[in-house]
Amino acid sequence: MTNAITVEGLQKRFGSVVALHGIDFAVPTGTVLGLLGPNGAGKTTAVRVLTTILYPDGGHAEVLGIDVTRDPQAVRERLGLAGQYAAVDENLTGYENLRMVGHLSHLSKRVVVERARELLERFDLSDAADRPVRTYSGGMRRRLDLAAALVHQPPVLFLDEPTTGLDPSGRQDLWAVIEGLVREGTTLLLTTQYLEEADRLADNIVVIDHGNVIAEGTSAELKARLGATIVEVGFGDPATAQRAQTELARIGLCDVGSAATVVELKADDSARVVIDVVRSLDRAELEPMTLTVREPTLDDVFLTLTGHKAEDGVDDTLSQGSGRGRTRGAA
Amino acid sequence: MTAIAVPITIDRPRHSAFGWAVRDALTVTWRNLVAMRRTPQVLVFSTIQPIIFVLMFRYVFGGAIRIAGVDHYVDYLMPGVFAQTVVFGSIQTGVALAEDLQKGLIERFRSLPMARSAVLAGRTLADLVRNVFVVGLMIGVGFLVGWRIHTNLAGLIGGIALMLLFAHALSWVFALVGMSASNAEAAQAASFPIMAPLVFASTAFVAAAAMPGPLRWFANHQPVSIVIDGVRSLTYGGPFSDPGKVVAAILWSLAIIAVAAPLAVRMYRRKV
Repeated sequence: MTNAITVEGLQKRFGSVVALHGIDFAVPTGTVLGLLGPNGAGKTTAVRVLTTILYPDGGHAEVLGIDVTRDPQAVRERLGLAGQYAAVDENLTGYENLRMVGHLSHLSKRVVVERARELLERFDLSDAADRPVRTYSGGMRRRLDLAAALVHQPPVLFLDEPTTGLDPSGRQDLWAVIEGLVREGTTLLLTTQYLEEADRLADNIVVIDHGNVIAEGTSAELKARLGATIVEVGFGDPATAQRAQTELARIGLCDVGSAATVVELKADDSARVVIDVVRSLDRAELEPMTLTVREPTLDDVFLTLTGHKAEDGVDDTLSQGSGRGRTRGAA
Repeated sequence: MTAIAVPITIDRPRHSAFGWAVRDALTVTWRNLVAMRRTPQVLVFSTIQPIIFVLMFRYVFGGAIRIAGVDHYVDYLMPGVFAQTVVFGSIQTGVALAEDLQKGLIERFRSLPMARSAVLAGRTLADLVRNVFVVGLMIGVGFLVGWRIHTNLAGLIGGIALMLLFAHALSWVFALVGMSASNAEAAQAASFPIMAPLVFASTAFVAAAAMPGPLRWFANHQPVSIVIDGVRSLTYGGPFSDPGKVVAAILWSLAIIAVAAPLAVRMYRRKV
């Protein structure tokens, strides 16, 4: 299988802050890679290097076999980028935005008109085609942004947090659109801080944190690292939960969950472990309020790998590097 | 790793790099002009201020200002007002660029195979078109309040051309300011302190002769004054006739473009 995107030892610094410590990954042609990490992990920086917006400080990156630093123009002709800020011109209409991007992508006038109409139709924006974008809803803007990335039919598509800030129904709509593109054979690199999104869209997931790749694999593989089962035991107060954690730690990997009264235990064998949990709680005379057995989510994966939750990137104690991947905020 | 370059599936017409640079610049110019037309309030506010200045200096202060060799103050005033108008208008170049950066549009442009010069060239060209409109309007206002050309039509056209050339040069300077600013408000705030002394410590409204020593020297030699004096030479003539100032104003403008334009394009290439 050939790789549409290859990244080897990629490094990027902003002044004294290292945004990428030398990351490696590859995206086979026609597949979807989910680049997963909290704010400031370096996801956006990686996308900016691959889309020729930023020049790397070290390492090597190729898109469709073309080095992004050696022939950026050829790379630009082959990629589409849609970002988290819906980079469309508010004062132009939807149609005018697509026409502008088409002309700036150096397509012929005839192709531009055809593609613009076709994409507006496809993304359900035909009725709004001749209205200025400032009258659009957030979801409509995102769809137009994605349409703008597709005007020149790029074989490789980069989506940087495509659904951040969208409401649940807008998110579902966009996911369906993205799945359609992937079915047509587009290679997709998607960054997200939503584990659910990576789980649904990505064939492979690369987890990055503070500029390093800390795990990679399919969603199933990442979940399997934690064992097959998570047992959640809820207690009436945090003190009891603490004591229970000490007890249950003898059975397996055990944490107090996001609610201070819930203890989470990770294990391989659900039936066996539930018996063990009940026995040891009984022995210690600890009375649980709730007891749930569930499959691990990618949130659990993240918590285990990094010691913090994926969406806790803004937490003060855990995110000294936070905000660095987003150079716009810092620039 | 046996990655192969996938052929592009969509056809593109062939042009030289320069041909594309011109086309891309025109596309961006078109986009900026459409945006201007759809946000008329920006244009209205950028013309109301100079109109107020014309009325104020013509009717409020004008009576108290005596300038040697000038019978009608308004004839002295108007070239100064044109300069003030285009100088403050050129701040808009930086503000608009900062806004595009802030909204992520520049990021999209940078990921497209378009010419690297197009965003800036398109911005400054659109602002030139706006200046043609605004200066035209101010000429109309000038005639309404009694401004008369003492030379001839060629002098007027030459004066307008000089003003527009200088405005275009300043657009490149403010493009630099806009790209250094973190947002549109900051671009605006950073521009005013640069421009206010250049506009007011000049020969725009009063003769430099009345100013104290060092300020007088500054007012006589700084580029805004030189451009104003050049325009006066072309539209007033007589005691203000000074072809040297016209040449100096052209040289100043070209020098500013020669320095600021390459710097701005370089900054654009590096900026995210």
